[in-house]
Amino acid sequence: MSHIISSYSRITPGSITVNGQSEYDDENFITFAEFIKPFFKRLDLGYPKFYKMDALSKLGFVAAELVLRQVNYDLYDKDRAGIVLANRSSSLDTDLVHQQSISNRSQYFPSPSVFVYTLPNIMIGEICIRHQLKGENAFLISEKFESRILFDYVNELFMHNRIDFCLTGWVDLMKDKFDVLMILVEPVRIVNSGEEHGLTLPFSATTMDELYK
Amino acid sequence: MEELIEKLKKEVIEQLNLEDISPEDIEADSPLFGEGLGLDSIDALELIVLLEKNYGLKIEDPKDGKKIFHSIRTMAEYITEH
Repeated sequence: MSHIISSYSRITPGSITVNGQSEYDDENFITFAEFIKPFFKRLDLGYPKFYKMDALSKLGFVAAELVLRQVNYDLYDKDRAGIVLANRSSSLDTDLVHQQSISNRSQYFPSPSVFVYTLPNIMIGEICIRHQLKGENAFLISEKFESRILFDYVNELFMHNRIDFCLTGWVDLMKDKFDVLMILVEPVRIVNSGEEHGLTLPFSATTMDELYK
Repeated sequence: MEELIEKLKKEVIEQLNLEDISPEDIEADSPLFGEGLGLDSIDALELIVLLEKNYGLKIEDPKDGKKIFHSIRTMAEYITEH
C-alpha cells in the first residue's frame, strides 16, 4: 500500500510555513517565547494548558496543530495514530532549567512543572492529549535530520498494520534556536475517498529531504 | 490579610503560568481546583513549592493540602497561622 504526505509544517527562526506557504513571519524576535506566543494567540485555540508547556512541547504542539488542521479529521481512526518524531537536543533545554533549580543546596526548589518535561516524548503526549490520539509513538535522537530512519520506522508501522496515519518529522529546540519539519502521512485510500484532502506528495525519504531543505 | 491575599494571587499566577488571568479574575474564596481555576495535580505540587520557597512553610501531612489549597483565602490563613 502506498502512502502520501498530505500536509506539512516548517518552523525555523523567524518563519512558519504550512504546505510551503508562509503562515507567519517575525524576524525581530529575540527569544523563542517572544516568537511563538503571538502566533499561538493568533491561532485562537482557547487552550490555556499551552502556556504551561516547556518550549519544546510548545514547538511540537504548534507544528502538529498546523498540520492536522489542513485535513478532515473525521476520516481518521484516532486509536490508530502514529507519532514518530526525532531531534538532536532531546529535552536538554528544559533539563538545564531543572538542573539549575537543584544545583544550589540552600536554594533547592525543583519545580514539578519543569521536571515533568525533562523527557522529549512528553511533547508527543501533549499532541496526543490535544487531538485525542492513541496508537504507536516513538521519539528518536540523532545528530541531524535523518529522513531515512524516520521513513523506515514509519513504514514499518504501516507495513505491520499498527497505524492508519502518522505524524512524523524533526522537532529540535535548544535555547532560542529551533528547527521543525512536521509531516502528516496517510494511505492513498483516504485521499481517494472523495473528500478534498490536502497535498498528495509521495511519502519517501527523498520527499522529506526536499521539504526539510 | 487582604494585602497577603493580593500578594498570593500574583504569586500563584506567576508560579502556575496562568496566562491571560489577572489578580482581579481570582475570587479570594473561589475553589482553586475543579470548577475554579481548573488547576491540576502538577499545579498542586507547584503550590506546595510556592509555600516552601516564598514563606518557608513545609506541609508535613499531604492530607492537609486539600484544606490549605482550597482557595487563596485558605492559603493566606494558613500562612498567617504559621
